[in-house]
Amino acid sequence: MSQMTATPLKKKKGISYAKWGYIFIAPFFIVYAIFSLYPLLSTFYYSLFEHYRSGLKVIGPYFVGLENYKALFTGGDLLKYAGNTFVIWIMGFIPQIIVSMLLAAWFTDLRLRIRAQGFFKTVIYMPNLIMATAFAMLFFTLFSIGGPMNDILIDLHIISQPIDFFARTGTTRGLIAAMNFLMWYGNTTILVMAGIMGIDPSLFEAAEIDGATSGQAFRKITLPLMRPILIYVMITSMIGGIQMFDVPQILTNGKGAPNATSTTLVMFLNNHLFSKNYGMGGALSVILFIISAALSVIVFFAFNYQSDKKGGN
Amino acid sequence: MAETLLAKKVKKEQKVIDWPLLLRRVLAYALLIILSILSLFAFYILFINATRAHPDIQKGFSFFPGRSLAVNWNSVITDKVLPVVKGIVNSFVVAGGCALVSTYFSAMTAYGIHAYTFKIKKQAFAFILLIMMVPTQVSALGFINLMFKMGLKNSFIPLIVPTIAAPITFFYMKQYMESALPLEIVEAARIDGSGEFFTFNRIIFPIMKPAIAVQAIFTFVSNWNNYFIPALLLEDQNKKTLPILIAQLRSADWLKFDMGKVYMLIAIAIFPVVIVYLMLSKFIVRGVALGSVKG
Repeated sequence: MSQMTATPLKKKKGISYAKWGYIFIAPFFIVYAIFSLYPLLSTFYYSLFEHYRSGLKVIGPYFVGLENYKALFTGGDLLKYAGNTFVIWIMGFIPQIIVSMLLAAWFTDLRLRIRAQGFFKTVIYMPNLIMATAFAMLFFTLFSIGGPMNDILIDLHIISQPIDFFARTGTTRGLIAAMNFLMWYGNTTILVMAGIMGIDPSLFEAAEIDGATSGQAFRKITLPLMRPILIYVMITSMIGGIQMFDVPQILTNGKGAPNATSTTLVMFLNNHLFSKNYGMGGALSVILFIISAALSVIVFFAFNYQSDKKGGN
Repeated sequence: MAETLLAKKVKKEQKVIDWPLLLRRVLAYALLIILSILSLFAFYILFINATRAHPDIQKGFSFFPGRSLAVNWNSVITDKVLPVVKGIVNSFVVAGGCALVSTYFSAMTAYGIHAYTFKIKKQAFAFILLIMMVPTQVSALGFINLMFKMGLKNSFIPLIVPTIAAPITFFYMKQYMESALPLEIVEAARIDGSGEFFTFNRIIFPIMKPAIAVQAIFTFVSNWNNYFIPALLLEDQNKKTLPILIAQLRSADWLKFDMGKVYMLIAIAIFPVVIVYLMLSKFIVRGVALGSVKG
């Protein structure tokens, strides 16, 4: 009721509500400053010090400038793990984008009229919501020696001896990539579909009247107009790829076996965080930040370009 | 011109079977069915094996469920090393807390930017969009150290409170407001003497319900599944959430003892989300498309 008494004042002409804007957005910015911005800056700061634990002894912090970065780049591990991450990402991404575009094209094709679309979309999106750690544990048990996959392959006489999937680089990476594919192709399909449905249908009608085939319409109309969405999908997937952690961590029990050929960048970071090597962990975080920030800026501008076209807000 | 077009169309309809179209249709369904099987097969095996006893699982794979569902369930929840029941409760508290806090404050932030005009409005919006993609891992080091200094190790506060600043949830709310929240409503409320907070809580929030429901589900699921930060923060065995327990299961070489139990624990982590998803899949799938595509 206290609001009632305040009304006459507010009814005055030219009253400004600007202050309320600040009040409503304040919690976001305060929380962001405390829990994200300050930690980010302090991570930058840590990266300039030699500061780690050796047994129970704490070494440092000693200011070393950019020594940690130098050590990371000359140590070889960073580039190796970056390579692992990239290879596993691309192994999952290529089939993902191809399958997603194909499915999206089919789902939106008016002549094809795919039935039970709701069912298929529900099914293909489902793995995206599954707990990645549990999903990885599931794959580990399924593909272990004596696990159901080996049983099935032997029953079908495809192999005679059980395969140790986690002792080979190719199969371990392949399984991680396959899981990434399963978890993300449904999501990508829905995004690409939304992109296709955003295209003016009269363009397709015109193409059909001019006698274009489905394939021609897809190549000459859909693809060019989809470029912003495809860029968006690819870059967000890259940023997701950089963060790849849960699946390889659980699948290989944090070891990136065999021979650290499936250790990703964030697994590397996680090792530093657990052993409390603040200097190296900080430097690695900064490198990851720079990569993902650069990619974010591209998305940001791609998005702005799109909303400008629509007249902005 | 129009006549020839019409003639073409008629000719098309007269054709008995359009072979290329039929071929493409067969191809499309075949791939869709294969992909559906790929997506579901692992969960099917999980379900089957969670109902079977360890010796049966060892003997080989079966397509039919066993009878040890209750036995496996009991042996998981009475396990002495892994506090699974506590893990379920902890995961619920964290994920539920995040869903509540994150959706409320994201709606509030979005409303602040949508409904008011103030100097730094544009910059604030641009800032939120810019930080949308920054991974949490890159500030994890500073975050964990700060939380330890504040004495928040083994606390759920560092897992719940930061979700107040959720750029993606904010963005979705903002999009929804643009399409479903005419500012005349706010004006009308003001004339009726409603205070700004009262307007937000009693008028705006109810209008936002569909968007809030979708985002609450997404926030709940992503925090239910969250592993990286909780694993660094929660060391007390009784505070651990399910993903951490799964990781422990992986490193404890449990596979040798009781596979029925292993599958059951994985099932406990996965199936609640699957069931909720199947009930609400329409809204969720629509939400994905609305939330992520700009413009």
